[in-house]
Amino acid sequence: MSPPNGPHANAPDRPSSQRRRDALPRLLRRRGDGQLWRERLFHLFCAAVAWSGLVILVVLLFHVTRVGWPVLSWKFLTSPPSRFPHRAGIYPALMGTLWLIGLTTLFTVPVGVGAAIYLEEFATPSRWNRFIELNIANLAGVPSIIYGVLGLGVFVRWMHLGRSVLAGALTMSLLILPVVIIAAREAIRAVPDSIRQGAFALGATRWQAVRDHVLPSALPGILTGIILSIARAIGETAPLITIGALTYVVFVPESPLDRFTVLPIQIYNWASDSRRPFHDLAGAAIVVLLAVLLTVNAVAVWIRHRFEKYRMR
Amino acid sequence: MNQSPPVEKDAPAVPVLQVQELTIRYGDKVAVDRVSLDIPETKITAIIGPSGCGKSTLLRALNRMNDYIEGLTMQGRVLYRGVDLYAKDVDPVQVRRRIGMVFQKPNPFPKSIYKNIAWGLAINGIRDGVPQRVERALQQAALWDEVKDRLHDSALALSGGQQQRLCIARALALEPEVLLMDEPCSALDPISTARIEDLLFQLRDTYTIVIVTHNMQQAARVSDYTAFLDGGHLVEFGPTEQVFTRPKEKRTEDYVTGRFG
Amino acid sequence: MRSSQQQALFRPRRSQQWREGAIRALLALCAAVSVVTTVAIVVVLLWESALFFREVSPWEFLTGTRWAPKFQPQSFGVLPLVCGTLLVVVGSALVALPAGLITGIYLSEYARPRTRAVLKPILEILAGIPTVVYGYFALYFITPGLMAVFPGTERFNAASAAIAVGVMILPMVASICDDAFQAVPDSLRQGAYALGARRRQVVLRVVLPAALSGVIASYVLALSRAVGETMIVTLAAGANPQLTLNPLEAIQTMTAYIVQVSLGDTPAGTVEYHTLYAVGLLLFLITFSLNVVAQRILRRFREEYE
Repeated sequence: MSPPNGPHANAPDRPSSQRRRDALPRLLRRRGDGQLWRERLFHLFCAAVAWSGLVILVVLLFHVTRVGWPVLSWKFLTSPPSRFPHRAGIYPALMGTLWLIGLTTLFTVPVGVGAAIYLEEFATPSRWNRFIELNIANLAGVPSIIYGVLGLGVFVRWMHLGRSVLAGALTMSLLILPVVIIAAREAIRAVPDSIRQGAFALGATRWQAVRDHVLPSALPGILTGIILSIARAIGETAPLITIGALTYVVFVPESPLDRFTVLPIQIYNWASDSRRPFHDLAGAAIVVLLAVLLTVNAVAVWIRHRFEKYRMR
Repeated sequence: MNQSPPVEKDAPAVPVLQVQELTIRYGDKVAVDRVSLDIPETKITAIIGPSGCGKSTLLRALNRMNDYIEGLTMQGRVLYRGVDLYAKDVDPVQVRRRIGMVFQKPNPFPKSIYKNIAWGLAINGIRDGVPQRVERALQQAALWDEVKDRLHDSALALSGGQQQRLCIARALALEPEVLLMDEPCSALDPISTARIEDLLFQLRDTYTIVIVTHNMQQAARVSDYTAFLDGGHLVEFGPTEQVFTRPKEKRTEDYVTGRFG
Repeated sequence: MRSSQQQALFRPRRSQQWREGAIRALLALCAAVSVVTTVAIVVVLLWESALFFREVSPWEFLTGTRWAPKFQPQSFGVLPLVCGTLLVVVGSALVALPAGLITGIYLSEYARPRTRAVLKPILEILAGIPTVVYGYFALYFITPGLMAVFPGTERFNAASAAIAVGVMILPMVASICDDAFQAVPDSLRQGAYALGARRRQVVLRVVLPAALSGVIASYVLALSRAVGETMIVTLAAGANPQLTLNPLEAIQTMTAYIVQVSLGDTPAGTVEYHTLYAVGLLLFLITFSLNVVAQRILRRFREEYE
């Protein structure tokens, strides 16, 4: 600070109160030693890194769409795959995905929600129940391909289900079960305890309180969790390849014991082909897959918003 | 209203609930310490005391609502007409059907007004005359006139005071013998509080009511008997008038005259 | 009323108690499915691996430097697969760990609520993109880019896969770091601001150290995910098991090998076939221990602040 402008500078022609008012801002004025620049630079750097996620997403979507868009047509959606790229389509893969997801949902929802209800509402904090909880957390971290190895060993070979939709759906169910349980538990935990108390005070049993009050209140959260897990199952490839679903399938499964293919496997199939036109087919199939996932996620978001206002207190 | 004040030597008539040497612990912390208390029939008994003195815990022990709290242990007995509520072959669910409860914060179910009351009847296996029972319960709770035209609207649309009266109606629909109330007015405005207090006067002849409150004026206004709890101990129990005007214990006097708490 | 009659009033209703017990048992059974799954994973892996280890000693498996189950002479040294996995994991960590941490800092400490509301869903979308799509992206977008920059790049290479895996695990790191920062009590920040600290100083010297164990847990979980990632490496990293540290060469990871065996027509019951389970067992053990470590750290972190 230079003396003439400092707080103790003499300025006899001004009243002292005004002098003090001038002096104070100077003390609080930002220092010019580069601190501020470093602050701004760091903020900018963090923002740039964080937004790079969006850049990657845009680049990825743009690349895939540019490759796949020209191939997309109604015929592409309704034709079976073919050795000739211009005739090939994804109809069996789409239907296979539908079969797989249908069966997976059928298996996962009752078991997953049931397990969540048990752990949140019925289980006492015993060693066994703590073990179950820990076990679920660990299962959620097991690589998906290990589930494929499990499915191969148990469903395909030991239970002789073969490389069928049923074997695939069972494998997929085990894979997403931990995620469903964790999501459903969170939704159930978010239901205020006063509702349970009110039900008990009327002489309700645990199950009556859960069935009529806790579950309806937790339903939006549970549904969202289930839908997001299903979205994950739609995109999974590795476990299905491991149980041997990667084959040239040109038909649509008619029973749970039929062989099948799904969209991600069809994509893998075409992407790993050495001929260029098939890469474009893969791109088109990816556009369809991402569109399906986007729709599913949008439904989840819609449910979350639609029911948010009903949530208690 | 029966205004003749109970005389001191007039021991509480017929005890519906008897608490005998009851001790309740949360882990190592003692919440209720060797409390013995007789709750007389068709009277209003208030439990007062500073916050954290164990009054809610004691109240919840009367219909086994403490069963779901982890780490809670109990000693002593609670008798309902001579039956130990904590005996092995007693089903807590059946206990709560006879001894109802209203909570501090109104907690209606997120359903319609009608269903809030009908649900309790349904789970108790009552299928006859449900609409009539719902109406009667709402009338008893002095809520009928306000809601009769919108029985199928969400209960959450009601005001706080109306919600609390709905919760009382919900409990009354089961025709319990005892009604436990855990600070039922603490979340309400003065007008709603007054309405609930009026309601208590109407109910006192038919029901045995135990009400926990930190509001001493309220205890003095509505109750026939008052129990003063401090630090888990039952300091004094007697007819309300005597407790408030001629307390036997110094601590009670200090509390009711506002010198502490 | 007589006391005995009263007692009868409180006696449990048998039918209701029976139903309650049955429902409880059914729900417990649902919860037990998860335990059965774990047991089945361990049993299948151990059982089938035992068949493998009858013919190949574990020592040879773990220390051998040549992996050639399909060629004569056969060789079953898993180190090349481990090396390939390591290359991809380290590469993806270089991408995801710093970027994830910084994204977490931005989300928690800098972004306004509205920015958060936009950025978080974007990261969720990024995390929800199927791995086969990332694999395609790596093979047909990242690899050509790398080839243009480094002329020696092979068609299949570890670097391309590593970058894609890094992008895939970034949202997870960012989200767990964000949670960890949010869990740091505001009083700590206020205290630092009261001493005249600037925001960057508060973030780097107060918030980050306080949330360190959460950050580390997110890193360990991310590594575990990278180890187990399959489709990206299968598509982009190649099928050439070799001991190399050059990220621009084709390699093979453990997961990609499992896919290769299940794709091919390896006859069941042969040694080659059982390698699938032996490699699977190794993969399971690695990811499992990483997960256990991460969860332990996270639990300790939560206890600190709850």
